Amino acid sequence: MSSPAPKSPELSDKSKKYDRQIRLWGEHGQALLEAATICLVNVTAVGCETAKGLVLPGIGGFMVADGSTVTEMDLGNNFFLNASYIGKSKALACMQLLQELNPDVNGEYVDESIDYILANRPSFFESFDLVIASNLNEQTLLLLSNRLWVSNVPLVYCRSLGMLGTIRIQLKEHCIIEAHPDNRQFDLRLEQPFEALREHLESTEVTSKVPWLLVLYKYLKAWQSKNGGGCQAPSNYREKTELREVIRADMTADEENYEEAIKAVNTAFGAGLVPLSLKEIFDDDACEQLHKKSDAFWIMAKALKHFVVQENKGYLPVPGVLPDMTANTDSYIALQHIYRQQAAQDADHVYHKCQDYLKALALPMDSIDERIVRLLCREAAGLIVLRGTRISDEYEKSCRLQSLVEDNELQGSLTAYNFALRAYERFLTECGNIPGDCTVEQDIGRLKSIASKMLVDLGLHATISDDILHEICRFGGAELHAVSAFIGGCAAQEVIKILTKQYKPIDNTFIYNAISTESVTLRL
Amino acid sequence: MSATSPNPSLGLQSKRWNGLRNILEREGPFCKDDFSPSPDNLEFLQTKCKVLVIGAGGLGCELLKDLALMGFGDLHVIDMDTIELSNLNRQFLFRRSDIGASKAECAARFIQNRLPTCRVTPHFAKIQDFDDTFYQQFHIIVCGLDSIVARRWINGMLLSMLRYDSDNTIDVSSIIPMIDGGTEGFKGNARVILPGFTACIECTLDLFPPQVNYPLCTIANTPRLPEHCIEYVKIIQWDKENPFNVPLDGDDPQHLAWVYERALERANQFNITGITYRLVQGVIKHIIPAVASTNAVIAAACATEVFKIATSCYDSMANYLNFNDLDGIYTYTYEAEKSDTCLACSNAPQVLPIEDPNTTTLEDVIKLLCESARFQLKSPGLTTVFQDGKKKTLYMANVKSIEEATRKNLTQSLGELGLQDGQQLTVTDATSPTAMTLQLKYQTNEIEMN
Ligand SMILES: [Zn+2]
Repeated sequence: MSSPAPKSPELSDKSKKYDRQIRLWGEHGQALLEAATICLVNVTAVGCETAKGLVLPGIGGFMVADGSTVTEMDLGNNFFLNASYIGKSKALACMQLLQELNPDVNGEYVDESIDYILANRPSFFESFDLVIASNLNEQTLLLLSNRLWVSNVPLVYCRSLGMLGTIRIQLKEHCIIEAHPDNRQFDLRLEQPFEALREHLESTEVTSKVPWLLVLYKYLKAWQSKNGGGCQAPSNYREKTELREVIRADMTADEENYEEAIKAVNTAFGAGLVPLSLKEIFDDDACEQLHKKSDAFWIMAKALKHFVVQENKGYLPVPGVLPDMTANTDSYIALQHIYRQQAAQDADHVYHKCQDYLKALALPMDSIDERIVRLLCREAAGLIVLRGTRISDEYEKSCRLQSLVEDNELQGSLTAYNFALRAYERFLTECGNIPGDCTVEQDIGRLKSIASKMLVDLGLHATISDDILHEICRFGGAELHAVSAFIGGCAAQEVIKILTKQYKPIDNTFIYNAISTESVTLRL
Repeated sequence: MSATSPNPSLGLQSKRWNGLRNILEREGPFCKDDFSPSPDNLEFLQTKCKVLVIGAGGLGCELLKDLALMGFGDLHVIDMDTIELSNLNRQFLFRRSDIGASKAECAARFIQNRLPTCRVTPHFAKIQDFDDTFYQQFHIIVCGLDSIVARRWINGMLLSMLRYDSDNTIDVSSIIPMIDGGTEGFKGNARVILPGFTACIECTLDLFPPQVNYPLCTIANTPRLPEHCIEYVKIIQWDKENPFNVPLDGDDPQHLAWVYERALERANQFNITGITYRLVQGVIKHIIPAVASTNAVIAAACATEVFKIATSCYDSMANYLNFNDLDGIYTYTYEAEKSDTCLACSNAPQVLPIEDPNTTTLEDVIKLLCESARFQLKSPGLTTVFQDGKKKTLYMANVKSIEEATRKNLTQSLGELGLQDGQQLTVTDATSPTAMTLQLKYQTNEIEMN
């Protein structure tokens, strides 16, 4: 037998190196990562561990900004410095040792402090896709966050102090097409089959060899006519049990597809309509009011909305993804073909609408690719738009913080730790030294008064326990490598999520306590 | 102080340890009750505490770095693997020029060069190459393995090293804590095991999902997915056509190319789409996706626990951490419970209930041992001792001559083999370094000998 197949496309060298991660975010995710450049502000262990988690998977480039020089003290927790660099630029040292991890990545450095850059070259950050900063004092943090908010550059701010770590993400807007939900609900349209599917379902004889979907449809029809003839699916436990019994009563042997149909009663119905999260996207101003600078996501979202509302009676485009079902090959493939055909047809409508909008906005027609529209249609039910908050707003306004207080206590110790770390940063600015670097007892008192004033200023009638402030002073500014590695690992993945626009990042503050191995995410 | 290094920047007084010394030399409100702040703590980490890292892969590289920077000065690392190109996206101690070299040796060298305060002793070997006298020398063992069998084996080893006092309580000095990490894509877990005291690997065996296998009839007759077509070529077509006169090797590009082409042909024949080279490789080699970040997080959590146990500065985690960062970042810590019926650590004879000894064949028993969630054995060997003191090998798959001699027993019932109610079977398997004893318990108490 001669082989009509093309010769095996063995993977390229690069594709092999990144194989294990491409299996998660795909070649298209990898391409976005490789096109991105980030800036690392401050060479700390947590900053370098974050950067390591980006250099290894092949980010396009990174810039390190730090004005200080390497000391012996730095060698105790940072893997990306060594003794040969003592007295030399920290930015240079860490850039070189990070770069060495992956020759595909372009490393650069500038040996200027963040304060100097903000004061003298504030537009420095605008060319980056994202900025990572760590362990700043309060004043510098607020200056940097304001600058990046105005320039619309996402900021990932990490803290690592003693056994505590936090990540705060500041971004204006983040649109996700591929969220990769852990449990995807299949959208099968059995209640409202599209024309081609209805024809197929009604013209195919139900045997023990067909996919369970045909079995379920047949008995759904029977159940519906017994229950008033509507096109409802069973919605509660009693109705689902009824339908299951109808199917079971008709089984002659242990037909596998009948068994699978019975199991599927729970999950097969209910998809295809616009979920609340998508409705919010449809109603968003950015979707309603397209303009020349609209992100491609919003143009596609508006086209999707048009299709759903105007052309498809409120139903989403068919995703065209089927679960595997025990059946003979031909009947499964025939069914799969029908779903896929419809998915392609629906996506085509959306794509043409996108083109209409592009034309109306006088934008280049190729600025939206047909493949990404197909992807958007397939993932329509799970689209996500995140709108972030500005760090300085969190520091000045308390509206969102009130809910964290109960009975004059900050709810949960992890929330309290977050505010204790803010007090720590204010201490750095106000006192000019690190709490507990020399004397613990004395600094506990000073940290305590800064913390209570901070909470009063925020209008929060709450306190942070003395033990927490004592523990913070005990650390004396120590950055422990294991905590930095934990936070750095998490932060790197959040950066990858933002750059590849896949998977959902935290919104917006993650707090980790290595003493108790607990974490929480707060929206501040 | 005993540790007087000729180079002061490597000594205990070096400023590099300033941060750690705050943690180790100061009192704190959250410290463990028996923590005594003292410079001795750092000295212990630097000069006395010996930690074994098993695995020098994604987790192992991170663990070595984390432990060295947390003050540990004497590490050993075992790994039998050599470096491959697809390791480089996360195993950061290796470079392209290291491909083909021993992971353990390469990792040890890199850590020692970068962090001269830490001595790393590599072992380019399998964990099974060492016996209890080797494992005895360590204070703590950390595992960064991708193999469940290896995890179970080391778990069994540490349990077998427990010593019991006359009143059957464990001699605490014989306990070697085991910290175990595992990752898969964006998910991971870290756990602390105090052998004999807290849940061991076997106690929670049901946490490992059984491998998904496609039914043979689907693969052979009614393929629907591209995976079915690839499995067909792997399981059926390769043996039939024997294209290279050797078993299929997933690392051989020629083999993979052949499988790819045949799978594509088969898929085309059935109108199935979606065969890609990457998919073929994934199915043939059972590839698990892996990213640098998850390994970093899980290794860091493990290293933190090693540090807590070695220094007593904080209570160690009780005892199981689940991590996943698919949707935001999620962690959950809970106490996995020690099982009273655990085969490995309950220190009590295990009962194997048998419905009817006259219809249950030896093959049925072996199947049960392999497939039930409780046992999950790989290829058990069974022996027993009869009342007259005669030892008999019932079945043993791993030695060809014994397999041939005992194969006929497989189809015999337990009754036909002369096995009585209450009789003990000694079971050996790759999942444990020691044999375990199972006691047969017949539900129908009478054996009719025909
Ligand atoms: Zn156990």
